[in-house]
Amino acid sequence: MRAWWAQTRAEVRMTIRRGETVLLTLGIPVLLLVFFSLTHVSTVPTGSRVDFIAPGILALSVLSTSLVALSIATGFERSYGVLRRLHVTPLGQRRMIGAKIAGVVVTEVIQVVVLSLVALGLHWHPHGGLAGALTVALVLLLGSAGCAGIGLLLAGRLRAEVNLAASNGLYLVLLLMSGIVVPLSSLPAAVRHVALYFPPGAMADALRQVLTHAGGVSVTDWASLALWALVAPLLATRTFRFD
Amino acid sequence: MSFAIDVAHLQVHFGDRRAVDDVTLHVPYGQVTTLLGPNGAGKTTLVETLLGFRSPTAGTVRLHGLDPVRTHAEVVARTGALLQRGGVWFPMTPAQVMDLTATYYEQPRDPREILGVLGLDSCARTPWRRLSGGEQQRTLLGLALLGRPRVLVLDEPTTAVDPEGRQVIRELIRAERERGCALLITTHELTEAERTADEIVIMNHGRVVAQGSLDALAGDAVVIVDTSQPVDPFELGRRLGCVVTVDGPTRLRCALAASPAQVEIITAYLSEHGATLTNLATRASLEERYLALVADAVRESS
Repeated sequence: MRAWWAQTRAEVRMTIRRGETVLLTLGIPVLLLVFFSLTHVSTVPTGSRVDFIAPGILALSVLSTSLVALSIATGFERSYGVLRRLHVTPLGQRRMIGAKIAGVVVTEVIQVVVLSLVALGLHWHPHGGLAGALTVALVLLLGSAGCAGIGLLLAGRLRAEVNLAASNGLYLVLLLMSGIVVPLSSLPAAVRHVALYFPPGAMADALRQVLTHAGGVSVTDWASLALWALVAPLLATRTFRFD
Repeated sequence: MSFAIDVAHLQVHFGDRRAVDDVTLHVPYGQVTTLLGPNGAGKTTLVETLLGFRSPTAGTVRLHGLDPVRTHAEVVARTGALLQRGGVWFPMTPAQVMDLTATYYEQPRDPREILGVLGLDSCARTPWRRLSGGEQQRTLLGLALLGRPRVLVLDEPTTAVDPEGRQVIRELIRAERERGCALLITTHELTEAERTADEIVIMNHGRVVAQGSLDALAGDAVVIVDTSQPVDPFELGRRLGCVVTVDGPTRLRCALAASPAQVEIITAYLSEHGATLTNLATRASLEERYLALVADAVRESS
């Protein structure tokens, strides 16, 4: 427990100190939130632009931290031999991955607070009350686990440079096809259906159902989020290579 | 007898290539064993197999009597390792990474004490990326020592380390041996092996080509004489009462144990023939023996 906690604190400290990670996890989401809320470059299905954009940006923040930032940082740690050295210490694979996921959760709490404050400043009116907040927390947690699993799956197998390109490419594709800033209704039917089977699409849809429409999360979204949250980390643990 | 490191008929194959081929090696507690060999000899593959990075293709590997893959957690809790390509997070300082790594162990050594012993006090708060190669290497060695290991596996510990740093590392190696720790050290630097090893293992093409103490490997007593100009070896051999062979244009190899009287005969003989003694060694250096063994192995394999 002591090792896991110390490692988690170290992970958070390093995340906060990495400029490019701060840009990816906070800078870009804040920029997109403000830009798409204040401009009319895309059509949104709700009356208030920020009411549509804010839940999508919360999903994007999870995608940025759990998948992209985690994957790139872990990939380079592998490339620089950090993971190789950790392999010959008693920290162990489970505690190492557990610390990384805990570090991601802490970062995401900071992201959600900052993004919510910015969105509220743009006149966001979230719905759902306490039950809605709990549902949102569960959606973000499941989405985070799924995205982290995918990120570690890439980082644990690919060369750092290939992983960097793959993670950034995936970020762009998922940003555009998951209904985060572009409504799913504007996308081709095939993309629309596929999007909900990936964590960012399911998260954006579920968060919008709760926070924008004061409704419940669909069975498809829960099933998609739960399946990724279970399978991706398991696969990552099984296939992860330290060197 | 229970060995700290016990390797029996180990084979590690990468496809058709035999990186390690039928290696048997035993290291008792309180002994320094140095693994020598050219690049591609299989040293690092052997070390990585010992540390559980890969499973043997055939044969067995045990550390503290335990399988390093199946009981990895138990093995690494009692083993310290310095890897060739082992790194530290770039923004971290030696003090920070020492403190963090100390939390992994149940009864770690005091990180401050290790930093002091390794001469890292002055750079303890310098980020990793700004440390010199020698400072990084000493920090990695310190990390390997944190858990009070009973086995230390050090892959090229003196690489990029300055002479003062090497002396510190040598003293640490001796102290760990005195503490009863078993040490397996790989190195290209034969002089380091000569200074610290109790047992030397020479590998080439994945196989052990020689194994033994420094004295055993260096061979029979011999006096190597370097002269300012060529001289007749047969006449010198007659005067010394031993076989003298030519080992280069101005080098003679006399098959005898050195004594002041014989050195006097040699200098007098050279003086008579207008030559001077430029160097005198009392036995073949480990380097000469090593090169000969590796060359023999290459000839046999081809």
